[in-house]
Amino acid sequence: MIAVSDLHVTFNAGTPLERRAVAGIDLVLGEGEFVTVIGSNGAGKSTLLAAIAGDVFPRSGRIRIGDRDVTREAPAKRAARVARVFQDPLAGSCADLTIEENLALAFMRGSKRGFGPALKQERRSALRDKVKELGLNLENRMGDRMGLLSGGQRQALSLVMATLAGAEVLLLDEHTAALDPGMAEFVAGLTQRLVAAHGLTTLMVTHSMRQALDLGTRTIMLHEGRIVLDITGERRKNMGVDDLVEMFRRVRGGAELDDDSLRIG
Amino acid sequence: MSAIAFWGAVELGLVYGFVALGVFLAFRVLDFPDLTVDGSFPLGAAVAAVAITSGWDPWLACLIAALAGAACGLVTAFLNVRFGILNLLASILTMIGLFSVILRVMGRPNMAVLNQETVITPFLDLGLPDHIVRPLVLAVLVLIAVVLLARFLGSDFGLAMRAAGANPRMARANGVNVGGQIYVGMALSNALTGLGGALFAQVSGFADVTSGVGTIVVGLASVIVGETLLRSRVMLVALLACVIGSVIYRVAVQLALSMDLFFLRASDLNLVTAVLVALALVLPKIRAGKAVAR
Repeated sequence: MIAVSDLHVTFNAGTPLERRAVAGIDLVLGEGEFVTVIGSNGAGKSTLLAAIAGDVFPRSGRIRIGDRDVTREAPAKRAARVARVFQDPLAGSCADLTIEENLALAFMRGSKRGFGPALKQERRSALRDKVKELGLNLENRMGDRMGLLSGGQRQALSLVMATLAGAEVLLLDEHTAALDPGMAEFVAGLTQRLVAAHGLTTLMVTHSMRQALDLGTRTIMLHEGRIVLDITGERRKNMGVDDLVEMFRRVRGGAELDDDSLRIG
Repeated sequence: MSAIAFWGAVELGLVYGFVALGVFLAFRVLDFPDLTVDGSFPLGAAVAAVAITSGWDPWLACLIAALAGAACGLVTAFLNVRFGILNLLASILTMIGLFSVILRVMGRPNMAVLNQETVITPFLDLGLPDHIVRPLVLAVLVLIAVVLLARFLGSDFGLAMRAAGANPRMARANGVNVGGQIYVGMALSNALTGLGGALFAQVSGFADVTSGVGTIVVGLASVIVGETLLRSRVMLVALLACVIGSVIYRVAVQLALSMDLFFLRASDLNLVTAVLVALALVLPKIRAGKAVAR
């Protein structure tokens, strides 16, 4: 469960460069709810995720995860409950560590890391089974450096890593945007499967209107740091990409859609 | 080059093997360019020299030297993590300060550790010649350090340290306290260097406040030589390579000096080392085309 109340995040406060990235967001995600987030560049999508993850601290407002107020908690501390996958496939894993070392690292997220070997035999086979489930044939490359893999493979493994240590919340920041269409579709499908299997409360930022409607159970649109649209249930089911684009246009004051900021389809 | 000179070079290489391990930990694992070692090495030597000449047990002297080194690493880490001072600058500040600390510890710029009980002396009456015994004892000690360090870096904690150095953002997202890892890693790195200094004082028979100059470059040269000869992702091998690199570096220096190579003099050593390390750092980038792109 995530509860964000009256959240304000301001960058460079008190300087000429002051920017109010998040300007009063109230948002409650129920246990296991999967919400997609859309909005143009600078709407505050990534900042919202960063605030929930602890990368940026809000100027005011509260963030609760489960029954715990995490507003001022360091990112490493709340990592026990929050798993993340970044847009850049290079960001979510260590290129110089092997596949199994990366997985072992994620496996201990939120646990006390001791001085016992990280790659014990039973842990290795457990991790190998997880990778095998992907069907990407990576289970035979567990000793390969992560840096040798393609962006899609790394992103798929990042998703597996996110689910290894029993997080409550999953934050996805355009995690398919840097991938080729085939791999993006695979990772999107994998996301849906893993979220369902682990009952993760999920917030997914995306630039693809199609993906925003296809995945999850609820879609919110941000504009200038506020939630301007929140659709779910029947209304969302009956909505097509065209309707969403139309709403997007209206929100932006009728301005023409900027192709760079939004991918339709 | 005589056999005695050769074994002397091996001996020095093994002593500096501890420094190479420390530098590997700071530079390669934590990605922390750490000049503290230029201070923690002579501090280790000074602390051990004072302790031993005061009649303390030489092993206890080594332990105190390692702890002194660890304290230096903690100071640098504190300046960097707590106050956000650039890592390189933080380590230079510690290094400069240590010069005065070392003079305080010894009460003078240098002191002799001759005819004293050291970690080597118990093994000298086993029948082997002295110039063989010394490198043998040192080799055993450095091997123990290599095995322990490899086990450490292969543990859950060590893996978190490697992630903290390689990709801090990812490490944080996986619950790793990156600042904490820098404290522990820097302490360990400089503890190894301090221990190296303590052994240096015991096998060379003296401690000198100026003996730390260029420690970092020699350590880095050893790491690079080792990596060039023995590239491996197996941690044990990578660490062993650092020690072997250190020994090869010393033997090569000894060889060059004994052959009157070109027009080189002994005093040119620092310049040659600096040029070699610079080349070793630049060449892989040129090969990868990175330098051209900038």
